[in-house]
Amino acid sequence: MNFLSLFVLIPILMMAGLAIARNMKEIRTVAVTFSALQLGLAIYTVFKYLSERIAGNTEEMLFQASMMWYEPLNIHYSVGVDGISIVMILLTAIIVFAGVFASWKIEPLSKEFFLWLTLLSIGVYGFFISIDLFTMFMFYEVALIPMYLLIGVWGSGKKNYSAMKLTLMLMGGSALLMLGILGIYYHSAPEGQPLTMNILEIANNNAIPHDWQYFLFPLTFVGFGILGAMFPFHTWSPDGHASAPTAVSMLHAGVLMKLGGYGCFRVAIYLMPFAAQELSWIFLILTGISVVYGAFSACVQTDLKYINAYSSVSHCGLVLFAILMLNNTAMTGAVMQMLSHGLMTALFFALIGMIYGRTHTRDIREMGGLMQIMPFLSVCYVIAGLASLGLPGLSGFVAEMTIFVGSFQHTDTFHRVFTIVACCSIVITAVYILRVVGKLLYGAVQDEHHRQLTDATWWERLSAVTLIICVAAIGCFPGWISNLISNSLNAIVERLS
Amino acid sequence: MDLSQYTLIWEYMQPELLLLIATVLLFFIDLFASPRFLDKWFSATACFLLAVVTILGCIPGEATHTLFGGMFISTPMTTAMKMVLNIGTILILLQAHTWINSEACKVRRGEFYELMFFTLFGMYLMISSGHFLIFFIGLETASLPIAALVAFNKQGGDSYESGAKYLFNAVFSSAIFLMGISFMYAIGGSLYFVDIATVATTHTALFIVALAFIITGIGFKLSLVPFHLWTADVYQGGPTAVTAYLSVISKGAAAFAFLWVLFKTFSPSHEMWQGILYALIILTITLGNLFAIRQKDLKRFLAFSSISQAGYIMLGVMAYSAQGLTALVYYILVYIFSNLAAFGVIAAIENKTGKVNMDDYNGLYQTNPKLSLAMMLAMFSLAGIPPFAGFFSKFFIFASAVNSGFYILVLIALINTIISLYYYLLVVKAMFINPNENPIEPIKTDCYGRTGLVICVAGILLLGIASCVYGYLSGLSLTVGI
Repeated sequence: MNFLSLFVLIPILMMAGLAIARNMKEIRTVAVTFSALQLGLAIYTVFKYLSERIAGNTEEMLFQASMMWYEPLNIHYSVGVDGISIVMILLTAIIVFAGVFASWKIEPLSKEFFLWLTLLSIGVYGFFISIDLFTMFMFYEVALIPMYLLIGVWGSGKKNYSAMKLTLMLMGGSALLMLGILGIYYHSAPEGQPLTMNILEIANNNAIPHDWQYFLFPLTFVGFGILGAMFPFHTWSPDGHASAPTAVSMLHAGVLMKLGGYGCFRVAIYLMPFAAQELSWIFLILTGISVVYGAFSACVQTDLKYINAYSSVSHCGLVLFAILMLNNTAMTGAVMQMLSHGLMTALFFALIGMIYGRTHTRDIREMGGLMQIMPFLSVCYVIAGLASLGLPGLSGFVAEMTIFVGSFQHTDTFHRVFTIVACCSIVITAVYILRVVGKLLYGAVQDEHHRQLTDATWWERLSAVTLIICVAAIGCFPGWISNLISNSLNAIVERLS
Repeated sequence: MDLSQYTLIWEYMQPELLLLIATVLLFFIDLFASPRFLDKWFSATACFLLAVVTILGCIPGEATHTLFGGMFISTPMTTAMKMVLNIGTILILLQAHTWINSEACKVRRGEFYELMFFTLFGMYLMISSGHFLIFFIGLETASLPIAALVAFNKQGGDSYESGAKYLFNAVFSSAIFLMGISFMYAIGGSLYFVDIATVATTHTALFIVALAFIITGIGFKLSLVPFHLWTADVYQGGPTAVTAYLSVISKGAAAFAFLWVLFKTFSPSHEMWQGILYALIILTITLGNLFAIRQKDLKRFLAFSSISQAGYIMLGVMAYSAQGLTALVYYILVYIFSNLAAFGVIAAIENKTGKVNMDDYNGLYQTNPKLSLAMMLAMFSLAGIPPFAGFFSKFFIFASAVNSGFYILVLIALINTIISLYYYLLVVKAMFINPNENPIEPIKTDCYGRTGLVICVAGILLLGIASCVYGYLSGLSLTVGI
């Protein structure tokens, strides 16, 4: 068996382990052991991948394996990874690991919580390792549905409304996607050759007629774009993130939204390069709006989670924006931004969850001066904020820099104008981040009861420190990771020219 | 008369004859066995007999046989369909055990099984017919006993009302259907499917009316909108086991027979009936879904959900291809497991507490985690969420329709799956999320009901992952030659 399948198998074993765990201690042991195993496997995969590449293996996808599943439709269970999926898998493993510690004291029904969370991670891993459209789509939906119960049962605020809205909107996206995938499948091969679901084969055949691309590209791009919080389909995101419990917000904003961006790459643009070039302007406008609109919306929110959720809309908008620039530099930046935003926003949501667990409010008007009360959490918050607004040395700077350099390679007015508009979002980001930092951390203490609160516990520290290390590591040593990505992007970019 | 003909009949009509023998055996057991034996083992005997029929008679062979000058056709695919129906019926018998052995129903226990077996016999005939007369006999044999079954609860007024409603509707639709086939006879001078296919190629007004009447007649059975009005009332008033039977077995058989008639008889004019079906499918899926949203009574809720599911099933007919046939049978199989899991939970709870309202299910997970999980799986499977079987069946039926070029229709159906997800999630929400001070107390199901539920859940979990089922059906439908 191919070792990539372990990414699906380990979480399945984890679910079995959780199912037989009897008390909180055993649940934690199982969760920590298996998430550490996943992290280890992800790191092992990165090194194995790099060593294969150094050894001169130039295949587009490494570690491929394929098993016939539905013969009448030529559907396989096929796995394989390139630099982009490896980065995403690594991100997932890190966030799952941090998420376990962030939900150390989840109540009630802690066993069920971890079960659903694990099912979600199965979907995410499966999505990233699949190179067969059917399996990919199946895992995609597996990742979506646990959100409903995770938010509905363990969420806060108007959780029923948010959970339903999120599920229905995302499933709406996947409905478009299903039609898109079927359309791609039935045009995947020239007349007389067997149809295929394998992404690499479809790309090789390059048989989708141009007029069909005009129909299928918007379907798939919007289908994935909904999960990537593209304007005007972003409205599930603020409500969903605000109502979700901490670990779920982390996973959802950190990883699940990246499924959207990754899917746009791997399916929409890679398989339909012609329509991608012809129609990219429409989606550039929409994502440009996401970037600026999300940032402005974040400025006027008073709920910490809403601020961060709108900031996610803005940053994820930037990912799609960069993808649509259709050149290697910008797309490398897009993947870097996925990674960077995933880590940073997970850190944000973890910290917000920890603060909320102590103060029982997320309204910034009711809090202040937290730097005196919980210095560790506050310092972490400042670091996350600085990463978000793009301080050099942290991950956000590297990603955004690459994106805008890539975007500016286009010389026509349309792309220039939109690049400049999107650049403005950096300034707006600084406004809302510094506003929160100033008010929440350095202002006067608003509530005297808050003075009795304690700082982070060891598991909270572990969760936050893991993420901060990763954010800083990418910021300081971006070279190896951007090489990893841009080498793999060559195949996609070549098809565009 | 030549004796060899009887051996041929025995050989080719094995499912039907075995089922008849089983029915007669059941009758004698009911008559002569001691009451203590019956109390304990009657359900088991009925399940066992049906299982024997399935194993001995319903394993698809290789060849196609015709009998009675082509009036009766047995192909591997029809045999497979009979097997699917049998599996569903066994599951229903398992779930009905508690209810049928209650004090009120005990005396009429024998009738329940015999009527059910007779309807099954009618469906077999319908599926295997090559001639409209046999088809009609099958249709009638399948519907009239169901009216008696719906009115089975003697003390309940609802049950009577539902029985009467069903009877009138069944008779009415049969009349329309008869009208249709008599017009067909006027056009072609024959009621053989093959003859009509060669004769009825010009679209005269009479032909169009005849086709419309035939579609209407079967549309009643399938509860396609606008012929669905009886469905909700009958489902609500009938005993849960019978409702389950109506919603999966009766519907499945009708869908398959419908496909058969349209593919075999009206293949030259397929564009015309595809046009009619196009409109019917959109209406059925959309209205079924919209009405389901407002339902509070779970049986009514499942009635509307089954209306919209019938619309999805019809997509396989729309496809007009071997792939569509495979997808349809596979869809029905998966639908049987998913819907029966839902009905199994409802029956278990109704038998113990009499509660069927969605609000009564609030907080069910606290007290009955296993039943809630089974119900949740059923809802997810009906909504088409992976990795459960419903996802695969939906995907394949959409794939077959897309393959025939119906992109817009599939898009409408897909948008409707979102609406259906909403109301299926309402049930999940009630069980897992809604708070409740006094949830339904823990329920202990008997071993029959439990076995039924376990089989259903296993089907939901495995039918999709194990691709061999679909592959097998696909192999069978290629032999049909469409």
